[in-house]
Amino acid sequence: MNLMSLVRRSLRQHALSSFVTIVSVGLAAGLTMSVFAINAQTYDAFTGGKVGFDAVLGARGSQLQLVLNTVFHLETSPGNIPWTLYEEVADDSRVTLAIPYAVGDNYQGYRIVGTTTQMFTDFTYREGEGFVLKPRGRIFDETKKEAIVGYYVAEKLGLSVGSTFSPYHGLQFDEKQRHRDEYTVVAVMEPTNGPSDRVLWIPIEGIYRMSGHILRGTGAVYRPTDDAPVPEEHREVSAVMLKLRNPQAGFLLSNTINNQGKVATLAWPIGRVMAELFERIGWVSRILTMVAYLIVVVAAGSILASIYNTMNERRREFAILRALGARRGTVFSAIVMESTTITALGVLLGYLVYGGILSAAMVIVRAQTGVVLDAFKCDPSLWMTPVGMIILGALAGLVPAFKAYRTDVASNLTPLS
Amino acid sequence: MLLDVTDLKKSFSAPDGERTLIVDVPRFSLEAGEQVAVRGASGSGKTTFLNLIAGILQADSGTIVLDGNTITTMSESGRDRVRSKTVGYVFQNFNLLQGYTSLENVMLGMLFGPGVDAKHARALLERVGLSHRMGYRPGQLSIGQQQRVAVARALANRPKLVLADEPTGNLDQRHAGEALALIREVCKENSAALLLVSHDPAILSAFDRSEDLGDLNRAAAAHAAPSAVGGTR
Repeated sequence: MNLMSLVRRSLRQHALSSFVTIVSVGLAAGLTMSVFAINAQTYDAFTGGKVGFDAVLGARGSQLQLVLNTVFHLETSPGNIPWTLYEEVADDSRVTLAIPYAVGDNYQGYRIVGTTTQMFTDFTYREGEGFVLKPRGRIFDETKKEAIVGYYVAEKLGLSVGSTFSPYHGLQFDEKQRHRDEYTVVAVMEPTNGPSDRVLWIPIEGIYRMSGHILRGTGAVYRPTDDAPVPEEHREVSAVMLKLRNPQAGFLLSNTINNQGKVATLAWPIGRVMAELFERIGWVSRILTMVAYLIVVVAAGSILASIYNTMNERRREFAILRALGARRGTVFSAIVMESTTITALGVLLGYLVYGGILSAAMVIVRAQTGVVLDAFKCDPSLWMTPVGMIILGALAGLVPAFKAYRTDVASNLTPLS
Repeated sequence: MLLDVTDLKKSFSAPDGERTLIVDVPRFSLEAGEQVAVRGASGSGKTTFLNLIAGILQADSGTIVLDGNTITTMSESGRDRVRSKTVGYVFQNFNLLQGYTSLENVMLGMLFGPGVDAKHARALLERVGLSHRMGYRPGQLSIGQQQRVAVARALANRPKLVLADEPTGNLDQRHAGEALALIREVCKENSAALLLVSHDPAILSAFDRSEDLGDLNRAAAAHAAPSAVGGTR
């Protein structure tokens, strides 16, 4: 038997209030850790620069819209740029890789992107990591109606090598907008845990020749035909994904295209563009953080209240303990230890709550953006929140502990009846 | 000498603010292993007197020397320390903790003293005839059994002095006699002195030395029925 035995006994004697308090602390800890972790992970995922490209060239307009549309496959395309501009930038010595990118169709709501085979041969989305195709898969033939399907799309729609599908016009799924063309899946990608998992990739030629599509590369309307090649001057791209030789190249290109030019926009650097988005919506994050802090304070209050409410009935117990030789400090410590124990148990529960919230958030964020959050990623909030809450829990115990400390022994040892 | 009390005074403030002297004992002493009964009527300051000796209350003036420690000049924590090592206390209403078993109640007495000794706690409960009730909580025990747990707890830290405040006050005559005999026997076996206060004249006759609090406490004589502050006095 030791001081902890007294704490354990008290928790058992006040099982209901202890349980409710532990749950409230658990929810507070779990919510707080989740808010911080989700904030940090989404910020990292969208601004961490691990998208594989340094810059995006697109139609004149918002850099943010360009990045969201091309890198994260969200939002609509701001417009198209002529193929010649792609060729011009691809030939620029400051550019090490330029991949054209055309959008405008979907399958069951998942975006279809027209590109070149370079996307699967030269592009790396992380240091040394290019797209990997699952066994039995191969890169599409740029002259055929073939598709490579992102991991998440394949999983959700049950597509595999040999499956066929017909694209739908537009970025929103509308079953009335079905194209006549039929594409065959030639590969499914291994997961990248990024936005590419939510995309169906087809040859860019396929976008041009999709039934009903018209091209305006020269400004005039051009309708491709099956038997003739599409003249270069009529071709358009939604964007060009660029890898640059060095940051100076980005600075110079940005100056040329954004400040001196009038037809295109260069979104560079991608991380900064996304960081601006987070700065713009930073108030949401700040409100969530404040709510989390508020919940923590309420939880600390509930610890205080739950222990304080037992003080009257426990005065006699403290008096007896004091009569048996317990020092005031011992009784004080027992109460602080009790509040600390409640908080520690709540924090343990908080990790479960955190796991639950992160699991749900992972599913939602992945479904919306393709980005996979990592519930086990080490975030400072995962230890700072528990430590902070345990300190706060101990502080919450001070008020009832002081009341126990002041218990008058003689007057509380009176007969029960 | 185990206990030496000199010019001990303790007063309390009444609700009207007036201070009332409750204990005024010029001289009282107890030898090691001695058993003394003190008779006092209700409100004569019996409990206050014991609480002062136990160090639960601080005296207004006077001296209490307990086992060589002048507890009247000690800090509260110092008195707590002396109490946990030197004094065992059997309360009139036993003051057992309701959520704890008999064994745990006895071990609680050890928690703040030299240390928990479960074997000794079991031996004490066996000695008071409760070997079959160690896992019972106070609410599951008879009054007599609760009192025996209280006796075992009082002896848990091998105290040199056992204070017993109306220990048989809640028992009928037959059980009171048995309980008294048990307390005296186990105190003797454990070489503990016993200071027992009671208002029952029958109990006093069982002791070789008995005192009347009316003679010991000059304040008791002055107040026929002082108002109660802090429980029985």
